[in-house]
Amino acid sequence: MTHMKIKSLEDLKKIRESSRDLTSARSGGETVIIVGMGTCGIAAGAREILTEVMAELSRRNIDGVAVQTTGCIGMCQDEPLLDVIRGGQRVTYGRVKPEDVSLIIAEHVVNGRVVDKLAIGRAD
Amino acid sequence: MPIYRSHILICGGTGCTSSGAGEVTEAFKKAITEKGLADEVLVVPTGCHGMCEMGPIVVVYPEGTFYCRVQKTDVAELVEEHIYKGRPVQRLMYSAGEDVPVIPHYKEIPFYGKQHRIALKNCGYINPDNIDEYIVRGGYEALGKALLSMKPEQVIDEVKASGLRGRGGGGFSTGLKWSFCASAKGDKKYVICNADEGDPGAFMDRSLLEGDPHSIIEGMSLGAFAMGADEGYIYCRAEYPLAIQRLKTAMAQAEEYGLLGENIMDSGFSFTLHVKEGAGAFVCGEETALMASIEGRRGMPRPRPPFPANSGLWGCPTNINNVETWANVPQIISHGGAWYASLGTEKSKGTKVFALTGKVKHTGLVEVPMGITLREIIFEIGGGILDDKKFKAVQIGGPSGGCLTEEHLDTPVSYESLTALGAIMGSGGLVVMDETTCMVDVAKFFLEFTQKESCGKCVPCREGTKHMLLLLEKITEGKGTMEDLDTLEGLANMVKEMSLCGLGQTAPNPVLTTLRYFRDEYEAHIRDHKCPAGACAALLEYRIIPELCKKCGICAKNCPVKCIPGDRNTGYRIDTDRCIRCGTCFEKCPFGAIEKK
Repeated sequence: MTHMKIKSLEDLKKIRESSRDLTSARSGGETVIIVGMGTCGIAAGAREILTEVMAELSRRNIDGVAVQTTGCIGMCQDEPLLDVIRGGQRVTYGRVKPEDVSLIIAEHVVNGRVVDKLAIGRAD
Repeated sequence: MPIYRSHILICGGTGCTSSGAGEVTEAFKKAITEKGLADEVLVVPTGCHGMCEMGPIVVVYPEGTFYCRVQKTDVAELVEEHIYKGRPVQRLMYSAGEDVPVIPHYKEIPFYGKQHRIALKNCGYINPDNIDEYIVRGGYEALGKALLSMKPEQVIDEVKASGLRGRGGGGFSTGLKWSFCASAKGDKKYVICNADEGDPGAFMDRSLLEGDPHSIIEGMSLGAFAMGADEGYIYCRAEYPLAIQRLKTAMAQAEEYGLLGENIMDSGFSFTLHVKEGAGAFVCGEETALMASIEGRRGMPRPRPPFPANSGLWGCPTNINNVETWANVPQIISHGGAWYASLGTEKSKGTKVFALTGKVKHTGLVEVPMGITLREIIFEIGGGILDDKKFKAVQIGGPSGGCLTEEHLDTPVSYESLTALGAIMGSGGLVVMDETTCMVDVAKFFLEFTQKESCGKCVPCREGTKHMLLLLEKITEGKGTMEDLDTLEGLANMVKEMSLCGLGQTAPNPVLTTLRYFRDEYEAHIRDHKCPAGACAALLEYRIIPELCKKCGICAKNCPVKCIPGDRNTGYRIDTDRCIRCGTCFEKCPFGAIEKK
């Protein structure tokens, strides 16, 4: 915690902005990223994908995105799987590599454009 | 900026702490570090979640998964399965009973569904030891708004418009009370927070202080600004060490930010706050006794007028409000009085926090809009009566309140409706009783409490409660007469009318309401020497039912006074004259062959 004195509503707002991450994970978030962390996913490298997702969100200072993990959904051959739920639409990306994460976040999470070359399924 | 993908909220209220939340928190921190998740998962200790009986409570976000009765041995599984692999652990989720499907999410549990949280908005959601979390939730915005853009009168007008009334039990209009103090003459004025919560079974104020201390600090600062006070006291009983510790931490953090102390937000308004630890006398919840205690004198009430608004602490104009009342103020200023007044009934606005205890499935803390029925609170939020027994009565308002019966369950809860039935809103204690509760015994229990807590200053309370208690003891022992009932009622009315302060004026309420609604039970004790609920030990008789007895001798072996003669051939019988009615044989019999009447 800083030792600044709050002198105005602006100062209060600054603290609110800079501390938003403190409770943002508790409010759910409009957009959700889900990483498959079943045994198959972990074996295929899902842990690295999850770490990369967190790092990329942090680098780009994006909050309001909920990051969840989930178990095996049965498409083990396409792991690591990463789902993005945005605007009510759920898109599944398969065989995701750590270097794909920044592309998915920039294109789909931020700009709302599905990365077709990696998408293997969608549900509205 | 570090982003945590998951927050694990662990209740650190008194209930959950006593069921092991501290160990669970440590176990989570350890497991998360070991799993290498420390940078992406945050462990947050919070205040009370309300569902105390299911503690320790753990809520995992972003999903909002609700886990109950979590023990430290469950932590490794929760971290491995839910946090790491994303597979929520079903066996620790809430379920309304065996064979009933679990409810995974916080918001879908009926206990929370019917609640409307204003005072408890942050309780169980933020870390009370971190002022930044309070600020993220809009904290101190109301204070900033008032100090920088409102006149003191406007603040009072908003509170008046909200219809907020004293949540400590009095029910007096808060805005009106503030305006009296604001217009009182004097250079020095005080505001006081009454946190001397002492009713048996009540823990609303405690949970608020522990779970969201900043809301009380902000509320008091707003009140001080509105009334022209520059100093305040929080009078909290020393039995609430956690509340006092969290308050002190919160005050230090607010001072560091310049939100408490000299020249707050450069507005020219200064406010100094102290915590005064009380020794736990019930009478110190009465405002004049409370002030005497702060001044260092013996905590005894004095006649009013003069009212504290004109002559309070050290003779200065003073305003006293209860914890819950103060906690509502910041949100009234933020959202406006009209917003608050849109909830509740015509004369009782907003919400009320109740401490639900006794023979109810889900004991805990609930905040509901005024006007809700007792049935909704007890059966929908509270889940009904424990072990599916029959509902008998509910004591509302603690030892100063009254017992209400089944026919009152559909009464909308408001200050007026409860007073009309002989009970009071009080601070919000709700003790639920089932068919095994004896109403004479209940009246005796509450009177024992008030009689002990009577300060002894005025005769009606000091002597009257004592004699009422003696009469009740006589009746529960089966030695009462029908005349005693008239004497008891007469005494009760006298104590109620003639006592000096609220303690004596309300102490007879449990007796008067039980006499009014359960007179037949009193009469059964006197006429038939029977306790219909089977609770008064002196009137019980234990008997072995020969048809069910298997002559095993377990009762005889366990009887502490050896009053069950017999052997395995001839069978056993209880010697009633020597029986001390301890109930051991009744509990030990494996065949249910012992009855008590």
